[in-house]
Amino acid sequence: MRKQSGTGTGLKNFPLFATMSVMVFLFLYIPLLVVVGYSFNSNRVVTVWEGFTLDWYVEVLGNDDIQRALFNSLRVAVVATFFSVLIALGLAIGLQRLARAGSTFAWALIGSPLIIPEIVFAIGTLALFVQVGVPLGLTGITLAHIAFCTPFALLPLRARLRSIDIAVYESAADLGANEWRIFRRITLPLLAPGVMAGALLAFIISLDDFIVSYFLSGPGATTLPVYIFGMIRNAITPGVNALSTLLLLASIVFVSISYVITRRKR
Amino acid sequence: MSKAPNALEVRNVTRIFPTPEGTEVRALDDVSLDIIEGSFTVLLGPSGCGKTTLLRCIAGLESPDHGEIFLRGVRIDEQPVWQRRVNTVFQSYALFPHMTVEENIAFGLQMDKVDKATIKAKVSETLSMVHLDGLEKRRPAQLSGGQQQRVALARALAKQPDVLLLDEPLSALDLKLRRGMQLELKRLQRETNITFVLVTHDQEEAMAMGDTVAVFDSGRIAQIGEPRDVYVAPATRFVADFIGEANVLACDPEGRNIEGLGAVPPEWIVNTSTAAKYAAVRPEAMRFTKDDTGAGTITDVTFIGGDVNVTVDLGGQPLRARVAQLNEIPFRIGERVSVSCEPGSIRLLES
Amino acid sequence: MGNARDRVGRGNAWATMPGLLYLSLLVLAPLLVIVVYSFLSRAKLGVGVKWEFSTQAYADLFFSESLSGVRGFDPTYLQIILNSFWFALVTLIVTLVLAVPIALWIATRPPRWRTLLIFLVTIPFWTSLLIRTYAFLIILNDNGPINSTLVGSGFIDQALPLLYTPFATVMGLVYAFLPFMILPIYASAERFDFRLAEAAYDLGAAKITVLRRIVLPSIRPGIIAGALLVFIPALGSFLAPELLGGGKTTMIANVIASQFGASRNWPFGAALSVMLLVITLLVLLFLAHLARRTNKSGLESNMEALI
Repeated sequence: MRKQSGTGTGLKNFPLFATMSVMVFLFLYIPLLVVVGYSFNSNRVVTVWEGFTLDWYVEVLGNDDIQRALFNSLRVAVVATFFSVLIALGLAIGLQRLARAGSTFAWALIGSPLIIPEIVFAIGTLALFVQVGVPLGLTGITLAHIAFCTPFALLPLRARLRSIDIAVYESAADLGANEWRIFRRITLPLLAPGVMAGALLAFIISLDDFIVSYFLSGPGATTLPVYIFGMIRNAITPGVNALSTLLLLASIVFVSISYVITRRKR
Repeated sequence: MSKAPNALEVRNVTRIFPTPEGTEVRALDDVSLDIIEGSFTVLLGPSGCGKTTLLRCIAGLESPDHGEIFLRGVRIDEQPVWQRRVNTVFQSYALFPHMTVEENIAFGLQMDKVDKATIKAKVSETLSMVHLDGLEKRRPAQLSGGQQQRVALARALAKQPDVLLLDEPLSALDLKLRRGMQLELKRLQRETNITFVLVTHDQEEAMAMGDTVAVFDSGRIAQIGEPRDVYVAPATRFVADFIGEANVLACDPEGRNIEGLGAVPPEWIVNTSTAAKYAAVRPEAMRFTKDDTGAGTITDVTFIGGDVNVTVDLGGQPLRARVAQLNEIPFRIGERVSVSCEPGSIRLLES
Repeated sequence: MGNARDRVGRGNAWATMPGLLYLSLLVLAPLLVIVVYSFLSRAKLGVGVKWEFSTQAYADLFFSESLSGVRGFDPTYLQIILNSFWFALVTLIVTLVLAVPIALWIATRPPRWRTLLIFLVTIPFWTSLLIRTYAFLIILNDNGPINSTLVGSGFIDQALPLLYTPFATVMGLVYAFLPFMILPIYASAERFDFRLAEAAYDLGAAKITVLRRIVLPSIRPGIIAGALLVFIPALGSFLAPELLGGGKTTMIANVIASQFGASRNWPFGAALSVMLLVITLLVLLFLAHLARRTNKSGLESNMEALI
């Protein structure tokens, strides 16, 4: 009698795959763990381990420049997230209604930041701003971030939208709700988890961005990643590790929350 | 004294869909129908015959390309969905997943801006009507299929619509549950006296529930009538075939010579016609006796519980018969029999 | 009458307009500006452009003046472009080889494990590329963990010069883009109906054969999507060559960056960018052609795999 599939038969296991998978997992995480580990290294020489300390964190968190850079990053991320979620909401609602050609164009436009090399976008936006007269700085960075955070805000939103039975909208209309009321009382509440997840993802993407921020930064408009880059370029001080660890932590926390939200109300 | 207007009047409604290949298909083709106030009407037909399309046109979820629909004398086919005093029970129930049972039921009343106290009372009332008292605070995901179905029903009834539409509401339920719900629905309809229009592809269901049955065939109504009439006196070959089982045999325009049976005694035929195309006879009306010189030969015998299905070859034409048989099967394959029909069991059909 | 009022609650096309307009301004317009700039002249002080038509920028890709003032063919930039291509290709192959086993392995685990495992793969994707690249700066360093252990355990006498080499750049690229390859392949693998493999086993096929002839062809859409998401960004990558490559590995992005920085030649930078865009387009078309031969699983569904 044949065993059912999925109950641990060897059929699903290909040779060496498990080993390779473990190695890939290690490969993915060890570099991050190294950075985290060294952030606690009391040795000034970054790459030789001496002893455990929290000094670097203290130094980094107390630094005025770093605080300003962090504040700048947060400012940009919050605003960019807000607007990219708004745009994503509009896109999610309307995309299914677009005719074939329009839909392809829209998707190409939305997805292009993921395909086209970031450097091209960065300098293109720089050139555009210079040409049009938009001053370089946090505003400019925010404007650019809104554009490439949108696909990340859109995806969980759209996934959520597709999971809703169309008949639910029809039923609401049948019971007396017009389009606006359907949107307010049915669509929005049902989309809420998707909106949250999308916002979190957009936030992380904005916070982590380097290339675009680098080219669009102006005096006093340094974001955290740009600052870190400066630190790396000038001299690898241990503070870099501490700062990097903090940024890593933030990203991981946010993406985990987003993940939990998306998995729950399914 | 003028007659009260019918609950629903459908006049020459046509609905055309473009197909992917570029042609058109008429989901509804010049359909007209009167539905009487307080009745339970069933729209019956196979998939794609147009019955659901008509239901959606009445609800307002689709608009007819031609024709009009009147609700109690008022034209509604140009009104948007949310304005019509018609409510629908959807096949997938379509309960709002983020709301509790009572919020689901209250929704329609909130759209009418009814005050909170009245809403609360109405919700309790409708929940009792469908025997779901006590489940107000549950969410749809926590309910069984049968319970969800009843919440959908309650939600649609709460607004006391002029007409209640039901789109294959029982198709997702298992057999036993379905039978029970059929009776429930009939009871509810009688109690509330609301006009029910139900769509189904299950002809047994249609017979069991409807006061009136409208049989749909490719976008047109093939026959309307009481269940018994439709069964006993089908108007077309399609209806004869779709409802129950039938042997549909070609015949001459006056029914004197029928394929397989040959020339039959006039008493066997129930109606007269000069333009007949087919003769229909139900399997249970066939009779045979063992006869070595008989014209028929048994080609198949299948025991199905309380009955036996017998296939007889009569002059090259296979005929299906059904014989009630509790004990041994009387016929064997290869035996010769002579075939006859109950008097008045053959019906001549003109289409 | 007709279809206009159909499909209640299915949304409104107009809702997309503000978004599409915004994206056109901030995605299309920059690209247009670059194309335009590539045909303009270099500004006096280097920042910006002089509004004079010129194909000098494109010419500079192939020709340059030697110290004696003679203008001749200069393969430098072509070399860099070729180098970048090569790096991107190596990255593609390495990530592919690493990604397929793990994607298939996760896809063949029990459902509850799968979501957790793929989430674990996803996490690095959501961390800053800068930090991920920097990590290798530490690791490959002369005093870093690799060299320390090798020297410390007596394997070698002197630290290996791992950093500031093409090797380091490729490591950085592979590390940066591995999740981009794993996720789409996993999305395809998850959709694979394992009963097909079971049927093959039932007919007597060995595991390798099943892998080669049943499984791999089915996940082809995922592989193509992964190739798209890895090759082009790797080609235009800035950080890995900048931080890990030292002066010896320059890729297209580094040259472009310096034109907008120290070298101050915007039209030239624009011309290089146009080259990059053209290459991107060609690769896109090539991969699209490959995809058409199989069941087209849209970019969209593979993007959703990232969530």
